[in-house]
Amino acid sequence: MSRSLKKNPFVANNLLLKIHKLNTREEKEIIVTWSRASTIIPTMIGHTIAIHNGKEHLPVYVTDRMVGHKLGEFAPTLTFQGHARNDSKFRR
Amino acid sequence: MSYISGARLVPNEKVRIALTKIDGIGPKKAIQVCSRLGISGNIKMNELTKYQIDKMEQMIGQDHVVHWEFKRGERADIERLISISCYRGIRHKDGLPLRGQRTHTNARTCRKPIRK
Repeated sequence: MSRSLKKNPFVANNLLLKIHKLNTREEKEIIVTWSRASTIIPTMIGHTIAIHNGKEHLPVYVTDRMVGHKLGEFAPTLTFQGHARNDSKFRR
Repeated sequence: MSYISGARLVPNEKVRIALTKIDGIGPKKAIQVCSRLGISGNIKMNELTKYQIDKMEQMIGQDHVVHWEFKRGERADIERLISISCYRGIRHKDGLPLRGQRTHTNARTCRKPIRK
């Protein structure tokens, strides 16, 4: 079920403040955040946000097509390197 | 056999059911089309007159997105997800389920090789 429109999209307060500050000063710098659940809103366009993936922060440049998605969708938490090769063949 | 906007429709099927054979028209839109034509959805396809079939074809062509246009729209949605490389886009590219289903077993539908 989608979120009530009355409440507006969820964005973490600290992230919102940081972006507001950068927008008023018209500066660009990498914003480090742990808030993967925050929605990308139009004011974030053009900023680079480093999103936590559980281990480190992955920098993501926000474009206008990403609006409406959550930040966490752009920082995958799993890295699948393929299946380990079966070693028993090589030992013999 | 009658054709409506390129789709072969089953003659001895209810109109309501037969229309859903068209891509982009589901049960709801099929009922809508029937009611706008002023016919019952429960009569069979081969009982329709030629005039009614023409009218139906015209109506579907004008108001609804069907067939290749519909498929193209679907494809464009997926392309958008892939281009912004969000989670769903990555899963589409890998051919794995998008909505958090298990992949230890099952997940056969999305792993099917794409027919060309």
